[in-house]
Amino acid sequence: MPPEATRVHPVDDRDAGSVEAGLDALDTPVTAYRESPVRRIAARALPPIGAIAVFVLIWQVLWAAAFWPEFKLPAPVAVWDQIWQLVVSGEILELFWTSVHRAVIGFAISLLIAVPLGLAIANITVVRRGVGPLVSGLQSLPSVAWVPAAILWFGLNDRAIYWVVLLGAVPSIANGLVSGLDQVPPILPRVGQALGAGRWSGIRYILLPAALPGFLGGLKQGWAFSWRSLMAAELIATSPDLGEGLGQYLHNGMSLSDISMVFAGILLIFVVGVGIELLVFRPLENSVLRARGLTQGVR
Amino acid sequence: MTATIETRTVAPPVTTVRFHQVGKTFGQSTKAVVALDQVDLAVGPGEFVCLVGASGCGKTTLLNLVAGLDQPTSGRIELNSSRPAVVFQEAALMPWLTAAGNVELPLRMAGVGKAARRATAAELLELVRLAGLGDKRPHELSGGMRQRVALARALASTTDHTGAGAGKPSLLLMDEPFSALDAITRDVLQGELLRIWRATGTAILFVTHDVREAVRLGQRVVLLSSRPGRVVREWNVDGLTDGAEAAAVDEVNAALRTVISSHAA
Ligand SMILES: Nc1ncnc2c1ncn2[C@@H]1O[C@H](COP(=O)(O)OP(=O)(O)O)[C@@H](O)[C@H]1O
Ligand SMILES: [Mg+2]
Repeated sequence: MPPEATRVHPVDDRDAGSVEAGLDALDTPVTAYRESPVRRIAARALPPIGAIAVFVLIWQVLWAAAFWPEFKLPAPVAVWDQIWQLVVSGEILELFWTSVHRAVIGFAISLLIAVPLGLAIANITVVRRGVGPLVSGLQSLPSVAWVPAAILWFGLNDRAIYWVVLLGAVPSIANGLVSGLDQVPPILPRVGQALGAGRWSGIRYILLPAALPGFLGGLKQGWAFSWRSLMAAELIATSPDLGEGLGQYLHNGMSLSDISMVFAGILLIFVVGVGIELLVFRPLENSVLRARGLTQGVR
Repeated sequence: MTATIETRTVAPPVTTVRFHQVGKTFGQSTKAVVALDQVDLAVGPGEFVCLVGASGCGKTTLLNLVAGLDQPTSGRIELNSSRPAVVFQEAALMPWLTAAGNVELPLRMAGVGKAARRATAAELLELVRLAGLGDKRPHELSGGMRQRVALARALASTTDHTGAGAGKPSLLLMDEPFSALDAITRDVLQGELLRIWRATGTAILFVTHDVREAVRLGQRVVLLSSRPGRVVREWNVDGLTDGAEAAAVDEVNAALRTVISSHAA
């Protein structure tokens, strides 16, 4: 191999700079073409809307065919009337407020407990071995199972409900944080150490932000669990002292043998659960993923 | 194999880093891997030293010891510099930070104020010819640009002259920083590194398995043997002209081949 042929001589500084500038221009990844916002929203919103339309149509047909008696399967219109009544009377606001504010407060408390817990599990071996399996186990234990105990301990009040919500959400959030931390590429904390990170600044500036995508997944699941647990708790622990949330509304529907009210209750619970995910967690996740160039994960 | 130490450079009175019979063993008893054994090495202030050796001979281990990411099992390392800056083979930029944010990161962790951080980051990005690209995210940059951001970030980690390292010479540790890049980019970045070395006057300990790169960049080339890693030989390659440089490349290559083939049996 003739060495002269393989060696490039940087002639002078300015020359090297222009080669470099050219390389930079050529090698820079091209940002993908983005379609107009109207089309993007339409492309995302139309399929679910279509699916809902088909679903309602099948429901209407089944109802019209009278396969089941009216007290088992209500007409779509009857359910809509129930909801409309709630809207007109303003009752819907109270239902939403009672349930959503409980879920949000429960979720916030869960967050305060789960973050230190997750950090401890991920970073301290003894804690991981001892508490880790317990937290994972709790995640698969339906938190409704705690309702009887909670009622016996706290009585029929908000504390019993929060207890159930906490046991639903804390394990999910903590586990999400742990798996987010476990998935951090080992090179990043090493780089951090080389850049002079101490124990705390390493956690604050490197580990936590690096674990954010996994943590957000945990938050989303934590929200779903907190909402589910809350509905289960409200459904079982009904008392005039507790105020009327969506769970109680559903329970009342059952007591009154009013199937259209029961359906309306289910629908509203579904709408709130999905709505919060779509309005809060989805955009949050998308912006985090997009900022890191993980665009295939963006929905 | 007889290890001939040809040019034992007379150690300058002050060294930036000096190894005293340093050994590093991973694991215990029967499964122990001796990565480094009785390594003596010195890098003077502002000196550019290249470390070559076969894959797995302990080059990365050696750099980690200097960087303080790992502790030697025997011997000691005398470090007379501010915190060594480290550039790894991967740029390993923080994907949630912009280019400027990455350069500012070590300053932020050292508690440097916002305005000072901004100024330093802009200066360092300018040094690696990325002025004006501070707002880009790592995924929007090419491999070569990322590695330059990593270099700027590493330099930022030494520019905090307020701590124990204040006033001491700086040291840049580079672990095969260009080996993941394509040939043209590598060539351009080698030129850039030489320019930055001259501009900053920092000492550089540069690890590579590419002999041509080592001879082109370094003032001194140090060959490490494999398992255990020992210093086999050193060459002074400072200011060689084209013909002499090609000859030096051939000579180092031949020595490296000898070291490698001694493991065949
Ligand atoms: N953390 C570790 N645990 C056990 N063995 C290791 C560890 N790091 C490196 N080694 C061993 O030490 C030797 C040198 O590794 P390394 O310094 O990475 O080599 P190089 O960078 O020259 O390719 C190798 O045999 C490797 O397997
Ligand atoms: Mg290596």
